Amino acid sequence: MTGRGASVLYDVPGPRARLRNNVLTLAFGVVLLLVAYFVWTKFDEKGQWDGTLWQPFLRADTWTELILPGLLNTLAAAAVAAVLALLFGAVFGIARLSDHRWVRIPAAVIVEAFRAVPVLMLIFFAQYGGSLAGLVVTEFAAVVFGLTVYNGSVLAEIVRAGILAVPRGQAEAGSAIGLRKNQVMRLILLPQAVTAMMPAIVSQLVVLLKDTALGFVVAYADLLNAGARVVPANYANLIPSVIVIAVVYIAINLALGYLATWLERRSRRSRKIAADPAAAEAAAGGEVALMS
Amino acid sequence: MEAVVDELPVILGAFWLTVKLTVVSGVISLIWGIVLAAMRVSPLPVLRGAGALYVNVLRNTPLTLIIVFCGLGLGTVMNVQFSRDDLSLNSFWLSIIGLSAYTSAFVCEVVRSGINTVPLGQAEAARAIGLTFLQTLRLVILPQAVRTVIAPLGSLLNALVKNTTVAAAIGVMEAALRMKNLFDAHGDAIIPIFLGFAAGFVVLTLPMNLLSGRLARRLAVVR
Repeated sequence: MTGRGASVLYDVPGPRARLRNNVLTLAFGVVLLLVAYFVWTKFDEKGQWDGTLWQPFLRADTWTELILPGLLNTLAAAAVAAVLALLFGAVFGIARLSDHRWVRIPAAVIVEAFRAVPVLMLIFFAQYGGSLAGLVVTEFAAVVFGLTVYNGSVLAEIVRAGILAVPRGQAEAGSAIGLRKNQVMRLILLPQAVTAMMPAIVSQLVVLLKDTALGFVVAYADLLNAGARVVPANYANLIPSVIVIAVVYIAINLALGYLATWLERRSRRSRKIAADPAAAEAAAGGEVALMS
Repeated sequence: MEAVVDELPVILGAFWLTVKLTVVSGVISLIWGIVLAAMRVSPLPVLRGAGALYVNVLRNTPLTLIIVFCGLGLGTVMNVQFSRDDLSLNSFWLSIIGLSAYTSAFVCEVVRSGINTVPLGQAEAARAIGLTFLQTLRLVILPQAVRTVIAPLGSLLNALVKNTTVAAAIGVMEAALRMKNLFDAHGDAIIPIFLGFAAGFVVLTLPMNLLSGRLARRLAVVR
């Protein structure tokens, strides 16, 4: 009865419960198969399982000519936006904890405002506002701008929560041995905060990667664009193509998700940091953070 | 500034659509998410597996891809129709399918984490008085679990409000797409229009956050 959370809800089954469970397993298995069969036949009626629609994905040139360029664009936008968002997050997260009111309050206003606005609106604004200012805003720049300020604001909150989760004694000890404020922040608080917040940071970067798909709306040539516009334009196979693209996205995100869990386990084990990773993560929103 | 005042009825109409998208898909994903959570903690491996598969697939797929699949895949290719003559109604409901399918996976995980916070003794006591698994879940575990996760559910709702803008990908005229149209119409008033729409989102999300914080404190299970 120990260990897994789920098993506390029911006893180890006896003979009758085992029989009942077996019957129910069979029943629900049949129901699930029926649902799957229904979906299968509906798609089949429209000829979506037709081999000719799936054939293109067995050929190398579909991947090298159409899909991989999109994937590279997605990864490029995600990488650039991730670096910029981390910088934005570190700067504004620390600024919100400043001792000076004229730094703290504007930083708080900026972070709260950008967190409240949908990424898609920021992308549109970058496109139109940029051309208003006489700049040529490429789709890439607009997507990176939207992802950077939104995710940067979320990361700022994560950094702030992480720094606040470091016990006060750490900063006090730093001051007691004569470190200046920026040394305390740079040498003592930030390293511990970042280690504690690492899982939350990686989760947010997964969100950022997923949100690059918004580039589709402004016709940025990303992975989703390859799957929903380019490949179907060549082979008229929208549903197979979107399914294949979804598998690629899921594989990348699952890999990053495992990285986050591994980092979390590692930071739980580590005794070098005084901040409690669980408390810090809860302060930053925990599980929910993954959604947007 | 005049542009915002002149177009106020249009802007309010766009936000009304955003609210409708949020409320309908919020209700559907709350119900479906709780069902999924129940599946994921059930004694039947087949239900646990199906729930886990659903959640892991949907959570790791970009929302834009799901909405595009619903709009173009289900709508255009599979010819799923909700209204024979009103195309905007069609894309409205197709985007609700996408939003609910995506959000429910997150609701499921939040509710499941709430179930884990209910003390072991509660479930044991429920079994000791002879309740079945479903009774235990419905009468003892879920009421406590949902009450402990009101604050995270509130943040999910907040995220859902912002996520409804993704419906723009299949041409639903909600706030973000309407804003883009107004940018096109009033090229000289981009900043006021943007600020107006941003303020609209703050107005939508702020009371919701306050309310969910208050509800969470009010309904907190005292242990």
